[in-house]
Amino acid sequence: MNIIFQTWPWYVSGFLIGMIMLSLIYFGKTFGMSSNLRSLCSMTGLGKRVAFFDFDWKAQRWNLIVVLGAMMGGFVAVQFMSDPSNVAINTKTIAQLAQLGIDAPNGKLMPDALFGPAVFNSPKGILILLIGGVLIGFGTRYAGGCTSGHAISGLSNLQIPSLKAVIGFFIGGLIMAYLLFPLIF
Amino acid sequence: MKVIKYLLVGFVFGIVLTKSEAVSWYRIYEMFQFQSFHMYGIIMTAIGTGIIGIQLIKRKNLKDIKGFVIEIEDKEEGSARYWIGGLFFGLGWALVGACPGPIFILLGAGFWSVGIVLFGALLGTYLYGVLKDKLPH
Repeated sequence: MNIIFQTWPWYVSGFLIGMIMLSLIYFGKTFGMSSNLRSLCSMTGLGKRVAFFDFDWKAQRWNLIVVLGAMMGGFVAVQFMSDPSNVAINTKTIAQLAQLGIDAPNGKLMPDALFGPAVFNSPKGILILLIGGVLIGFGTRYAGGCTSGHAISGLSNLQIPSLKAVIGFFIGGLIMAYLLFPLIF
Repeated sequence: MKVIKYLLVGFVFGIVLTKSEAVSWYRIYEMFQFQSFHMYGIIMTAIGTGIIGIQLIKRKNLKDIKGFVIEIEDKEEGSARYWIGGLFFGLGWALVGACPGPIFILLGAGFWSVGIVLFGALLGTYLYGVLKDKLPH
């Protein structure tokens, strides 16, 4: 029973993610999560004003169903498959975060300092999440994919454009982690 | 059945990403600090599995569920959009520790503040839609 509650090892998780991508290919589809953001925008009728959203989002409904399933999976995993021993990150990382005033995981997936309920009363906290989201939405549509579409699907198919995008992801990530993050916190 | 198979794939995806802690802000922070192999191991194993699977599909001309030979489209040629767009996404990824998949998964798991990230992501997508023709691709 331990396997249900402990952190799943990288080789099991990575293999399953690879199989998820291959299942979607077998269903005649592709694995990519960020394209759902475009579908969600189109559903609100934005297509009448902005050409980019004027496309047949209904043909992408299958992907929104994948999203719905993923949300249910997240709910089940957090509610019924969690354990206080989870998220055992490097102790060096924990010490580093403490210096920035960010709480240690102790089994939590997300730090309260950024995602706790208090964030709704903090203009700075809201702004950080909002700007992070804008960068994610803008960047993934500009690059035409995210971790699933480029890093997993694209690199698995040996696509050079995806390699460029993934290197871009990491350059951006390192700029944030080493240059900007210490300024923000 | 049509709908259920997508729901099931998504459900497994949500569980795997949560149980591997790839949805965790901490894991992404730790990854960008190069203080753990965990995330790199996940991504590399997923790609390794994918490469083997896709090579099998291509070499054996495997068919999809409807009986058609599987053809996987190549990504569009280009450079600017991948470098610049990728860089923007990376900045956001390292800041809020979530990519689009985990945003949805975390919301489903009840992390309501991630709703602000989703709202931002939709805003960013809208922004791209408006600016698309003015951006280098």
